[in-house]
Order: sequence, then structure tokens, then C-alpha cells
Amino acid sequence: MSTHADAAHNNPVTSAEQHVEGHAEAVHEEGQAHGSMRSYLTGFLLSVVLTAIPFWLVMTGTLSTQLTAVIVVGMAVVQIVVHMVFFLHMDPRSEEGWNIMALGFTLIVVVIVLSGSLWVMYHLNSNMMPDMEMSQLLQ
Amino acid sequence: MTAAIQQAQNTEDLVFYVRDEEHHAEGSSTALGFWIYLMSDCLIFAILFAIYGVLGGNYAAGPGPQDLFDLELVAINTAMLLFSSITYGFAMLAAEKNRQGATLAWLAVTGLFGLAFLGIELFEFHHLIEMGATPQRSAFLSSFFVLVGTHGLHVTFGIIWLVTLMAQVKMRGLIPANRRRLMCLSMFWHFLDVIWIGVFTFVYLMGMLR
Amino acid sequence: MPETSPLIQAIFGRLTFESIPLHEPILIGTFAVVALGGMALLYLLYRYRLWGYLWREWFTTVDHKKIGIMYMVLGIIMLLRGFADAIMMRIQQSIAFNGSEGYLNAHHYDQIFTAHGVIMIFFVAMPLVTGLMNYIVPLQIGARDVSFPFLNNFSFWMTAGGAVVVMMSLFIGEFAQTGWLAYPPLSGISYSPGVGVDYYIWALQVAGVGTTLSGINLLVTIVKMRAPGMTMMKMPVFTWTSLCTNVLIVATFPVLTAVLVLLSLDRYVGTNFFTNDLGGNPMMYVNLIWIWGHPEVYILILPAFGIFSEVVSTFSGKRLFGYTSMVYATVVITILSYLVWLHHFFTMGSGASVNSFFGITTMIISIPTGAKIFNWLFTMYRGRIRFELPMMWTVAFMLTFVIGGMTGVLLAVPPADFVLHNSLFLVAHFHNVIIGGVLFGLFAGINYWWPKAFGFKLDTFWGTLSFWFWVVGFWVAFTPLYVLGLMGVTRRLRTFEDPSLQIWFIIAGIGAFIIALGIATFIIQMAVSIWRREALREHTGDPWNGRTLEWATSSPPPVYNFAFTPVIHDNDAWSDMKKRGYKRPLEGFRAIHMPSNTGTGVFLSALSVACAFGLIWYMWWLAALSFLGIITVAIAHTFNYQRDFYIPANEVVRTEDARSQLMNGGR
Repeated sequence: MSTHADAAHNNPVTSAEQHVEGHAEAVHEEGQAHGSMRSYLTGFLLSVVLTAIPFWLVMTGTLSTQLTAVIVVGMAVVQIVVHMVFFLHMDPRSEEGWNIMALGFTLIVVVIVLSGSLWVMYHLNSNMMPDMEMSQLLQ
Repeated sequence: MTAAIQQAQNTEDLVFYVRDEEHHAEGSSTALGFWIYLMSDCLIFAILFAIYGVLGGNYAAGPGPQDLFDLELVAINTAMLLFSSITYGFAMLAAEKNRQGATLAWLAVTGLFGLAFLGIELFEFHHLIEMGATPQRSAFLSSFFVLVGTHGLHVTFGIIWLVTLMAQVKMRGLIPANRRRLMCLSMFWHFLDVIWIGVFTFVYLMGMLR
Repeated sequence: MPETSPLIQAIFGRLTFESIPLHEPILIGTFAVVALGGMALLYLLYRYRLWGYLWREWFTTVDHKKIGIMYMVLGIIMLLRGFADAIMMRIQQSIAFNGSEGYLNAHHYDQIFTAHGVIMIFFVAMPLVTGLMNYIVPLQIGARDVSFPFLNNFSFWMTAGGAVVVMMSLFIGEFAQTGWLAYPPLSGISYSPGVGVDYYIWALQVAGVGTTLSGINLLVTIVKMRAPGMTMMKMPVFTWTSLCTNVLIVATFPVLTAVLVLLSLDRYVGTNFFTNDLGGNPMMYVNLIWIWGHPEVYILILPAFGIFSEVVSTFSGKRLFGYTSMVYATVVITILSYLVWLHHFFTMGSGASVNSFFGITTMIISIPTGAKIFNWLFTMYRGRIRFELPMMWTVAFMLTFVIGGMTGVLLAVPPADFVLHNSLFLVAHFHNVIIGGVLFGLFAGINYWWPKAFGFKLDTFWGTLSFWFWVVGFWVAFTPLYVLGLMGVTRRLRTFEDPSLQIWFIIAGIGAFIIALGIATFIIQMAVSIWRREALREHTGDPWNGRTLEWATSSPPPVYNFAFTPVIHDNDAWSDMKKRGYKRPLEGFRAIHMPSNTGTGVFLSALSVACAFGLIWYMWWLAALSFLGIITVAIAHTFNYQRDFYIPANEVVRTEDARSQLMNGGR
């Protein structure tokens, strides 16, 4: 809607008319992007690979624990992006960018909540319960 | 449209209002609104992950992840959810092509995969509780059950919604209102899959690495 | 109860005759008054056959304006309850010296300070803020209604349902005795085995659903429903602050929901999240609840900032100074509000590094707030200031809030906080910002927008009286608390040893009585204004020479708000339209598409209250049945596809012609 609004500012008369006329189609365009068979299948195959590898690594224990952990988390992040793009059709342009902005803001808050809680509670435990075994907390 | 143009006192011609009943066509806000709801739901999971992150190591001399988790079961479960995601995608594609029968069929398949997922999860929970690993046993188990269980509750709700929606599509066909609902449920369903990535990675796989 | 039969227990759960607080004369008296008043009200409604009218026109309405007014009514009613708690505490504290126990026992007193905090935040400040946003935002952006009108009605009823649950605790059982955030382990089942904490949990959960949904609704409304031409940087400041507030609501209330779910699992199921056993950690609760709690105070204050911005520029007859910086300051506050939560528990022991980080972020957040104050001052500078009531509240706010803000910065210094933590200094500080900021803002807003909502101004004599009682009363009531806090008196105490402190508590009590006069005169102000409405009536729809779009339509606005959707060319759209010679459209009206009323919200909320009651009293059948009811009603609602109608063109013509006649005749 706000592209119309921006345009309306530059040239109020004509764009207001365009706004009215062009609206029926605009509604459809503004909604969520739709996937195609191709994009769903791509997403599915990528997800299968990105799920299978971490499971296989952990179940067989081929690599060292640390390396496995890094790969597992890395693949999870990649797979989340894959789902966002191919299944949820996230697109910086859908809903005038509001979708992606909401996602970005949520991610910021999630990161603050998770890392903040871990940080605060870790320091709290190490200060207030120095005798306890702390190594288990922030694995 | 010229009627809509107000003659302003200064030389500019300005439109102060539009005559036609226009913007905010019905349901144009639904997608964004539902997406924002999902974001707020995401924060509920963030808190549950934070709880698991902080308390997940507190076994209280009880069983830990390596004593409890069966990765093969989790792998099967993950597959169920992933299959249900792609079948929901097929349902959406069928709906776009206006094929009501195919849409309903794919929705049914999705629901069955969802039920299979729930069944396996309940089996796992039952198994754990029989072993004495109850939610009351330790903070680790409390946070495990609540995180995984909340995801399971969402899937349950999703299945109820799916059945309702199938009835509505059957009754009224693929009208715009139902298409909107299909799209919302699609976002919900795929969102749950995203959450599950976090669950199997941080709870199960990382748990086994502890 | 050994003598109760299993059947009775299955039906009534924990509820017995002993649960009714017959031994508390104060509660019995209150109950008598409420019951008599309620019956009188019911009789009047019956007598004048208002039930149908209320149901059709108000309870089931999806009109954002009526829902906004219902929120305001709820907030004002609950203000009376919350204030009754406040004045009871003040009286208790000013007489409980020299061995006197005062007049409240510990059980009752602890419920009162808990209820006061819970009610004032969740059921006074939140409904009043949400009500104003609901009423004004769609008008300011030139919309017909919010994005999801049914959801709006449902949200209101859930908020009201939460208030009902809190009020029930007054007469059936007890309320929490834990303080307004119910920290475990005190709020855990082993230390609070009664129903008090359960009332607390379910009241907040029921209301929380409403708050979250209304946040989503208003957020989407602002994003999607703006009139053509209104870009983000042309939105009125109140709409901007509402946008940020609703972003905060959507991104924090889920945190509260989740934390309360965990607490209730600890209490109901026996999990170990916040217990002291088996690896639980009560401090994690404190950590999580403040992740919600700190943004919550910005949820309350940001809309107030928006109100002050509108009022200052209107009554100074100038554009707001530094609009862009105002917007950015709001956005910065929104994000920073997530980075300061630990300053509520510096003393918990996270150590120097963590405390310094959060101390510094807290001090940083005062910078954008300070920028706002300067913007308002510069707006007034060289303006033609009209000291109408809204402007008076705004000036009082600036003076009061700055001092509250500065004591806040003082508390943000961790070493100072170790001394002042949990003291009356803290109590004085947050009342200083919440009363001086939020409440003064709400009064400014009520006085400012009342003529828009009802078509006549509020009486100035009683309004001025109320203003002075409030401002003077506030300072008399809370300055002593600063002093006491600096002397080391902690909060929530019922009796005192040191007789030299008594005089301060007596002064504070006198202040509370002056505030009581402020509330009384505020209610008289409304009553007198309604009584004298013909004398106070104004027909232009624009009594203050307003600047934003809500003043472009009639007062009260028609159901459809604007006969034609306005097109915006500049900031302060209405001011701009007036300057450019806008003429009201007089013909060519068309039918208008509007959402239909529905009673579903009322039913869902009533079922939720029943479910909460069942859970609180362990009446499992009631909880299960009403939960099933909720699901059934919700699903049934989705089968209704006829949710809108058209207001016929000739009705629009009639409404608009009536307004034209009024405007001509009123001259």
C-alpha cells in the first residue's frame, strides 16, 4: 500500500486515480508469494540432505564432538533459511517488506532473549553458586 | 474521476479524498496479521528454548539425554514432519490450479503425516515416563517435555484446524476466504517445521553430544 | 477437608464455604456495596429496557470507536478498585506504629499490595492505553475500522474477562500475596498453596490473550490501512508511538504467557522450572519475567508520549518540533527497551560485568527520552500556547516526569541500586514515571479527545480542580516516599518499629487523600459535562483547531468514520487540508462496506472466565467443559462467512446532510 502512498505524494492527482483503478490487481500481488512445484521440491530435497547429514554424523560419531556440533548447528541454520525461502516463500518484497522486517525484529528479540538469559544466568550461577559444577551449563 | 478533484483556493489542484470504495479489500491484511501472530508464537518458543538452554543441564542426578533419546525414532519423526510439509505444498499448488479434489486429498495426506508424527511423539513420551523419566524428575526433563510438548500441541491444533478447513473447502469450495485460510494454515504448518529444526538440533542432536 | 465427600469434591474442587471471606468485615462491606450497586444497576437496565440496546449496540459491536470507549470504561472502573487498594495501604502504613498492628492483617494487606500493582498495570493502564489507541488510531490514519474488527471485540472481552477473574478473587477465596510479579519460590505451590496465585495466573493469561491479539490487530491496521498518501513519515506521532507500542506488545506478551505457563506447570503438574529442588531455578523466572516487564513499561509510556506530542503541537499552534527525531527516538526506545531488563535485579548477583552492561544500556535509553522532552519544549517555544486542560496536563507531565526520569537514572547506577533496591525510593520512582507519565498522559488524552468521541467538551472548572488535586496530591503522596527510601525503608511493609518515620507516612497518606479528591472531581467532571452537554456541545468536529485527521470528521464520528477515504499530502494532514482550502464533500456518496456485529467474542470470553474459574478451584469438569466450549464456539465461528454488510448510500447521505445542517445551524 505504501508504494501507492509514496507515489500519491509525488503526483497526487494521477496517482490517486491509479490507486483506485490499480487496486484490484494490487491486492493479489501484495499477498504472499506462491511457490511452484519446482521450488517445493528443491526445498524438500535440500531439507532432506540438511537433516540427514547431522543425524548421520551424530549417530555414527564419525567426526569429533566439537566439529560435529558446529556442523549440526550450521546445517540447522541453513535449513531454517531453506524452509523460510522455499516453504514459507519469504521474499523481501512481499507485503512491502513488512514480513521480512517483522522476521528481522523477531530474530533480534529472540537472540537477545536467548543469549541474554544464558549470559545472565551463567554469571549468576558462577557468582552465587561457586561450588557447583558449572561446566554443564553452557555446553 | 475528475469529480473527485477538489478545486483548491491556491492554484494547485489537489485531491483530498477518493470517491470509490477502495483500498483494504477484504482479507488483504490477513496474511500479514497471521505472520505477525506467528512471530509472537515464535517468541513463546524462544522462551522455552531459553529455559532449556539454562536448565537443560540440570539432571538432578537423574537420567540425561544419552540415557533417554532414541535418535532413530527422532529421525523417523522428523521425516514425518518433513513429508507433511511437502504434501501441504502440493495441496497449495493444487489449490492454485483450482483442483479441489486434489487439494483435499493432499490435505488429508498432510493430516495423516501429522498424526503419525504425534503418534510417534506420544509413544516416545510414554516410553520415557515408563522409564521414570517424568517431567517432574528434573529441571532438564521439565524443560524437555514442555518444549517438545508445546510443539506437539501446536501440531495437534494444526490438525484440528486442517480438518475444519477440509470441511469448509468441501462445503464452499476454493473461494477466496478459504484460499486465505489455506494460506494461513500453510504458514502455520511450515512454521512448525522450522521450530522442529530447532528442537531436533538443540534438544536431540546436541543432547546426544553432551 | 476430611468430611467432604468425594462427589462434592469432584464437583466443587477446592471451593468450600470457608472460601467465602466472611471473617473479613471490610470485604463483607465491600461486597454489600458492590452487590447493592450491581442490583440497582441491573434494575435500572431492566426498567429502561437497556439490555437489548447494550447487547446490540455495545457488547457485540465491532466498531473500533465503541470498543475503545468500552476499554476506557473498564479502565476507569478498575482505577477505582486499584485506588481503593492504594488508600487502604496508605492508611495502614500511617497508623501501624508504636506496636499498633494497624487495621489490616498480614494476609489481607499482602493481597492488597499485590492486587494494587496487578490491577493498576494490567487493568487500568493497559485498558486505558489500548482504548485510546483503538479509538484514535484508525481515525488518524483515515481508516474505516481496524484490520480485524471481530478480533478487536474479542480482545476487549478477554481483557474484561481477566478483570472479572481478579474481581472474583475479592469475594471468593483470596488473591495472591506475592507482589505484582509473583516471584517463585514464594509463588510456588509449597509456599502459596491457596488459590491466590492461581487467580493471578489465570487473570493475566485470559487478559494476555486479549492484549496480544489487540496488539497484532492495531499493528497490522497501522501498516495496512493508512489512507493513500500517508507514508510512514507522514503518520501522526500518536500513530507512530502506537505502532511501536503494539510492536512491543506483540514481541513481549508471549514472553509473559510462556513464563506464566511454566509457573502454572510448576504449581499444577509438579514440574521443576522455578522450584528449589531437582535442578529448578527461581532466578530464571525473575530473569524471564523482566524480559517482558521492562518493555511493558514502554508499552505504557510510548502512547502517552504520543498524546503529549499531539497536544503540544495543537495547543502551541505549531508543527511538532523535530518530527523526524521524535520518530527515531521512539524507534530507538522500542529496541533499547529489550536491552535493559536486568536493572530490575542488579542485586541478584550476576556480577560486575553483567551489571555494568545493563546499567549503561539503561542510562543510554534516557537519551532518546530526553530528546523528546526537548522537542516538546522547542515546540512550545514561540508558540501561541493555549492553556486548555490537555495542555495543562502536558506541562505537569514534563515537570513531573523529568524528575521521575532522573531518579530512574540514579537507580540505573548499580552501586546506588544496591542501596536503593526494593526500597520506597524505588516505589516513589516508578509512581513518579507511571503517574506523572502514563496517567497524566491519559488525562491529557481524555480531555483532548473527549469532544471527538461525544461531541461536547469536558467541563473546565471540575477539570481544573481535578488537575490540581492530582498534581499536588501526587507530590504530597510520593515525595515522602523518596525520603523514606533514602532512609532505608523497604517496600511492602505492614508495620514499623521506628516512630520517627510515622510523620512521613502520614504526609503520604494525606497526599493519597488529595489524589482521591482528584479522582472524585474527575468523575464529577464527566458527570457534569454529560449533564450540561448541550451547553458544551460543539458542531464543527474540530474544537481545538486540531492538526490531525481525526478532527476532519464529525464529533462523534459516523460509524464509517469518513464518507470518502481521505488523501494525505503532508504531515498534520487536517491542518494541511484546512490551509489548502479543503471543502467537505456534499454529494456523490456511495454505499460503504462495513463489518457486522457478532456476539462470539462475549461467549468466548465468558467461557474463558469459566475455564479459569475451574482451573483455579480444581473443578476439572468445569475447566474441561468450558475449554471444549471455547474450541467449539471458535470453530463454529469460522463457519460463518457472512461477516459484513453495506451501509446504503442514502443512509450515508442522510448522516452527512445532518452534519451539514448542524454545522450551518451551529454557527
